Amino acid sequence: MTPEAKHLEVILDTHVESVNLAEEMCLRVAEAVGFSEDECYRIGMSVREGVINAFHYGNQERPDKKIHLALDLTQEKMIIHVMDEGKGFHLADVPDPLAEENLLCTSGRGIFLMKAFMDEFDVVAGRTGGAEIIMSKKIPGPGSASGNGNHGKSNSDAAPQQEA
Amino acid sequence: MPALFMTCREVGAVTIVDLSGKISLGEGSALLRKTIRDLIEGGQTKILLNLGDINYIDSSGIGELVSGFTAVRNRNGELKLLNLTKKVHDLLQITKLFTVFDVYTDEGTAVRSYL
Repeated sequence: MTPEAKHLEVILDTHVESVNLAEEMCLRVAEAVGFSEDECYRIGMSVREGVINAFHYGNQERPDKKIHLALDLTQEKMIIHVMDEGKGFHLADVPDPLAEENLLCTSGRGIFLMKAFMDEFDVVAGRTGGAEIIMSKKIPGPGSASGNGNHGKSNSDAAPQQEA
Repeated sequence: MPALFMTCREVGAVTIVDLSGKISLGEGSALLRKTIRDLIEGGQTKILLNLGDINYIDSSGIGELVSGFTAVRNRNGELKLLNLTKKVHDLLQITKLFTVFDVYTDEGTAVRSYL
């Protein structure tokens, strides 16, 4: 970490309210860092989807389990970690919500949205025993109008190669 | 304060549901689910969701729209969308659901499409 790097970590209850709390917290940091309104929306939505994933799929909505949210700010990017206490999962096993047969599924779009909205996205085995979602967004440089590392990039361009 | 507000009105045989606020995990999604279920159970299967004042929708809300769409279709009805905000439009586009839903920008045209 650089001397300017900052780290923030909170432990959240496995509760619906934690989704809003996590989103609000990360939004405030993103705004303070200088992300544009659009990018803040994308970051907030990604955090929301990550915590929903931990709440519902990871922790199975069990109140005895916790959701661990961590933020790292470096000079280059804002990195968000969402960890659950579930069994973990592999990205390759997540069905593609854009596949014809999955279009009418009522769930399974959260991972896809995070991958589409953030610059980097991965899922690894977390130190809490479950899955750890790691996603990042490039911090806008001085004088940047939009604070978006994907200037002029369409949503489909920003979408991941392997969509889940 | 509720995240989602809804009012229903009848235009001919079509029920228009005017929504405002957020369709997201928790109360918003649950309210939308209950409203659509109640309409179906009441025999109404021509449903037009006016999303003009929906400023936020997450994956749970998207799932609820899809669930409502299939529930109405299973009763030989149609659930259509009216007045998408840019954020909702973009979300439906990147999730390819824009190709699933009938989407309108004019209420009269939308109502006539049920005839």
